[in-house]
Amino acid sequence: MTSLPSQPTPKKLGLVIDLDVCVGCHACVVSCKEWNTGGYGAALSDQDPYGPDVSGTFLNRIHSFEVTPEGGEVVGEAGAARLIHFPKSCLHCEDAPCVTVCPTGASYKRTDDGIVLVDEDMCIGCGLCAWACPYGAREMDLAAGVMKKCTLCIDRIYNETIPEVDRVPSCVRTCPTNARHFGDLADPGSAVSIMVAERGGMDLMPEQGTKPVNKYLPPRPRKPLAAKAVPAAEDTRGATGFFAWVDDMLDRI
Amino acid sequence: MSDHRLDLSRPVSDEVRKTTCYMCACRCGIDVHLKDGKVRYIEGNRDHPVNKGVLCAKGSSGIMQHYAPARLDSPLLRTGPRGSGEFRKISWEEALRLATEWLGEVRDRDPKKLAFFTGRDQSQSLTSFWAQQFGTPNYAAHGGFCSVNMAAAGIMTIGGAFWEFGAPDWERTKLFVMFGVAEDHDSNPLKMGISKLKKRGARFVSVNPVRTGYSAVADNWIGVRPGTDGLLILALVHELLKARRIDIDYLVRYSNAPWLVIDAPETADHGLFARDAEGKPLVFETVTERVVPAGTKGARPSLSGRTTLSDGRAVAPSFQLLAEEYLDPRHAPEAVADRVGVDAATIRGLAEEIGRVAFDEAIEIEQPWTDVYGQRHQTFVGRPVSFHAMRGISAHSNGFQTARALHLLQVLIGAIDCPGGFRFEPPYPKPLHAHPRPHGKSEHFGSNQPLAGPHLGFPLGPEDLLVDAEGKPTRIDKAFSWEAPISAHGLMHMVIANAHAGDPYPIDVLFLYMANMAWNSSMNTAGVIRMLEDRDEATGEYRIPKIIYSDAYSSEMVAYADLVLPDTTYLERHDCISLLDRPISEPDSVNDAIRWPVVEPDRDVRAFQSVLIDLGARLRLPGFSDSRGQPLYADYADYIVRHERRPGIGPLAGFRGLGADRTGRGAANPDQLNRYIENGSFFSAHIPPEAQFFKHANAAYQDFAVRMGFFDQPQPVTFQLYSEELQKFRLSAQGLREPAAPEAYRERIVSAFSPLPSWYEPFEEAGVDKSAFPYHAITQRPMAMYHSWGSMNAWLRQIHTRNPLYVPGAICDAHGLKDGDWVWLTSHHGRIKVEIARSETVNRDTMWTWNAIGKRSGAWALDPASPEATRGFLMNHLIHELLPPKGDGMRWSNSDPITGQAAWYDLRVNIEKAEPDVASQPHFEPQKRGTREVADELRYGQEWSR
Repeated sequence: MTSLPSQPTPKKLGLVIDLDVCVGCHACVVSCKEWNTGGYGAALSDQDPYGPDVSGTFLNRIHSFEVTPEGGEVVGEAGAARLIHFPKSCLHCEDAPCVTVCPTGASYKRTDDGIVLVDEDMCIGCGLCAWACPYGAREMDLAAGVMKKCTLCIDRIYNETIPEVDRVPSCVRTCPTNARHFGDLADPGSAVSIMVAERGGMDLMPEQGTKPVNKYLPPRPRKPLAAKAVPAAEDTRGATGFFAWVDDMLDRI
Repeated sequence: MSDHRLDLSRPVSDEVRKTTCYMCACRCGIDVHLKDGKVRYIEGNRDHPVNKGVLCAKGSSGIMQHYAPARLDSPLLRTGPRGSGEFRKISWEEALRLATEWLGEVRDRDPKKLAFFTGRDQSQSLTSFWAQQFGTPNYAAHGGFCSVNMAAAGIMTIGGAFWEFGAPDWERTKLFVMFGVAEDHDSNPLKMGISKLKKRGARFVSVNPVRTGYSAVADNWIGVRPGTDGLLILALVHELLKARRIDIDYLVRYSNAPWLVIDAPETADHGLFARDAEGKPLVFETVTERVVPAGTKGARPSLSGRTTLSDGRAVAPSFQLLAEEYLDPRHAPEAVADRVGVDAATIRGLAEEIGRVAFDEAIEIEQPWTDVYGQRHQTFVGRPVSFHAMRGISAHSNGFQTARALHLLQVLIGAIDCPGGFRFEPPYPKPLHAHPRPHGKSEHFGSNQPLAGPHLGFPLGPEDLLVDAEGKPTRIDKAFSWEAPISAHGLMHMVIANAHAGDPYPIDVLFLYMANMAWNSSMNTAGVIRMLEDRDEATGEYRIPKIIYSDAYSSEMVAYADLVLPDTTYLERHDCISLLDRPISEPDSVNDAIRWPVVEPDRDVRAFQSVLIDLGARLRLPGFSDSRGQPLYADYADYIVRHERRPGIGPLAGFRGLGADRTGRGAANPDQLNRYIENGSFFSAHIPPEAQFFKHANAAYQDFAVRMGFFDQPQPVTFQLYSEELQKFRLSAQGLREPAAPEAYRERIVSAFSPLPSWYEPFEEAGVDKSAFPYHAITQRPMAMYHSWGSMNAWLRQIHTRNPLYVPGAICDAHGLKDGDWVWLTSHHGRIKVEIARSETVNRDTMWTWNAIGKRSGAWALDPASPEATRGFLMNHLIHELLPPKGDGMRWSNSDPITGQAAWYDLRVNIEKAEPDVASQPHFEPQKRGTREVADELRYGQEWSR
């Protein structure tokens, strides 16, 4: 068993993911893969990459769901089905069950910034942490035999060899819809905290009691077009009236 | 817990090389990180005007594209029968000698016997120039099966279209309406823009039978029935006219609304514009009550009322005809709702919202500017409503007129190139007459001589068609013939069928680049494969005798080539993204870019463009060899720098002149490519603030365009809501104007070539028994693969390994279908057996799938048992390149009758439950998988792990 930090971490680094603009393009998924396969720890391997049973290790995946909202007020037009693209990676929980379940101390939560990491030198590949994670956010690398997970690109965010503006996770830097935001969720004044407050940022499966750091922003409210459907220009009496109006407009130019 | 070893500041790479992505047609700037000579990481270039740092899934997977085992590694000469994939490796010298021999013989004997067509390439200014110097009339790129309807309708209506011609004003638009599948072109800017406008609280409406991709985040989804977008748009026009939500000032100033149309039925002038002796169109001036030339200073033209010219002919402003047409109740929302599959209230709601935002939320930018008539304005007035569309509305047989309708709508509300509207990107706008006429008539070519002018362009009337004295096509694809008069991008999808049939004539050599015509880029794939394999009974020769193909990867098409010229990957080559070709400008800036070899090839491959230049010299083509027969250019890089299209104007606009200080026009600069590389491999020149809007009529912009070398004199555009060019074709089809259309084409031209945008039923829908084929079936490429075949890419193929047929819940219920069931999907042409998935995010009459996920066994270096080859499938097998017989003795191509655009999305189908299966049908004999070793595990970057 491994202990979590005894005190709340002074920083809670994490991601805020905006479901209002995520179009499910998979840019974050692949950018994560390419950064991390050459970055922290073992490569993210792919098995049978050109064959029938292709699979690989990804630290971030997008799941797509169809939903048909009942109301018209909050998430969409009444009765019209929607497709929700839902990116998912480690949520860097405050009460991370993947850490406490680890028999070797390989899985740990950093005391200063709250990032949950796997020390691959200590990882025996038992897979308990993946079972403990209610989000399915950890993946065993079949080639390396160690557990892989989102590191928040720890080898980017503190990397003094890259420009400061690029010291963000690869998924955040690449996202074409700017649906992914990185910051300190312990700081109420941070851009991500303000975003969460303003947009009603949500925890994923709060009933699990894991206190995830990452937050999801729900789709913005939208109004059905049909609510505006008042018949146009009821007083029009065919083309004659129309051209009289046109002439009138021309006179005013 | 502090004993965990972490190296947080490890340098990412040894070196960063900036170049341009080529995973799709977006052409984003990329930073390629190299470590130990290998690609470590590819990220978006933050300074680049296209992507501003972001990068999509395709771009981020460049490593796997670059190192894919499907890469070809040597020139190949076919040894087995076509399709078998059996080849012998040959040297480049042997390959080039053979190609020169085959091509030289054709050029000498009968140059039209070469058909040279390019697919997904971005070097059309070179390939077209080469083809012109070769002298064959048979050249085009792939626009005919892509989006020529969009391009041609846009250019003919407003002098530009979406994507490469312009973009929504993402910073200011308050209502953005996107029609049809458009995830393809300009994808990163679209994603960035949609996100931006949603954050500002602007409304995003998606009109699309399928709600995926960008439509998934739309505020409103209008699940239109495929092929009815035009009806919907004209209903919006009806409502806006009725509600007087149109910009009269804008119409008078910038469109041909006031131009007088001759009303003289049964004469050769009927429906044409009345013109003065100099050919200037006339308007009726309301103050002096006289007819004067359009553009006369101080004139106040009328938009309505009939009058009589001095020669006695009756005339009326085109706007009069327009308003009468669209105010007609048959365009009312109620009249079309059923057919469109959208209730009238929603259509009216959209019209009302467009009108409200355009006029009640108009914006103004304080910026004095002068129009081309010399009038000074203090502000730019913006109607912040913008639109976008691409293949979704384009790939129908009524796509041209639908795209015209969409431009009509934009002009009526005054939203073209204004703040908040659709904005042109240089070198557009460009008026129709500034484009060339097509060349390829028999007098335009001959033995060992160049073609008399460019292949592609716009006919201004039937007199410009490429037909012989009997009206028969002179091009192999029948482009610019009566069958597809304004086929501005050619009809690549008809080349193999026509060459096989010898109609209009057989060819000797088919030369293709990056076009998977033996698979997903052809309609009737199985039929096309048979045509490529078919032999002449008398001689035993293949009906299409010689096929030369260039590609970087072992696509299905490679197996059908006789000679394969292996191309490099995008990281190993020079390229230019040129203003002469398909530009990457933004509304506020003129941009172009290069690619350069950021890694050296490790195989015996050469960049196709350099090979083409080499072939040009070996063939002693003018423009590629000098008078002594010596090569003019060492390679493509040399050509990019030194080629001049006009004096001082070459492929790249930046860093010209010996001092590298000239933009647009200037002497060739030997150091130009280095200057591009130093600048991040792109060049950007800002448009002056007073020139940024209303470019079609903005004096400062027109001057800027001349300075940049887009034109040699100002070329303002008057929006052509009423098209005189289309009317000329109609008059020919009515036998009223010379040259008269051949009898067989008349009915179709009369009904399709209406001078005002119109809607007609898609041809396949009109030609089949609707009760036998009650549903629509359409396709789209997924965002992670668009314009990027992708399945040879180990990372991308994990995202889309197979493609179910998505079937609406109501159709599932009606046929007793559930997720994972197998069905037979049948069209008038064929049937396929596939697996389904239930979906509610789709129009009730429409099913769809991801296109081109299905692969032929053995192709792309994939294991023949891969899901792409077993469960994946193509809808192409259901789509015939010809329409069902109509009983008129003709077989019409399944294309738009105006532009020849392939009507992929007109497909009608029926569905029935089938026995469960393990593989989709049809299934083809496996191709040989290639010779390269294929890893059974990848641990890319493991050597850098610590």
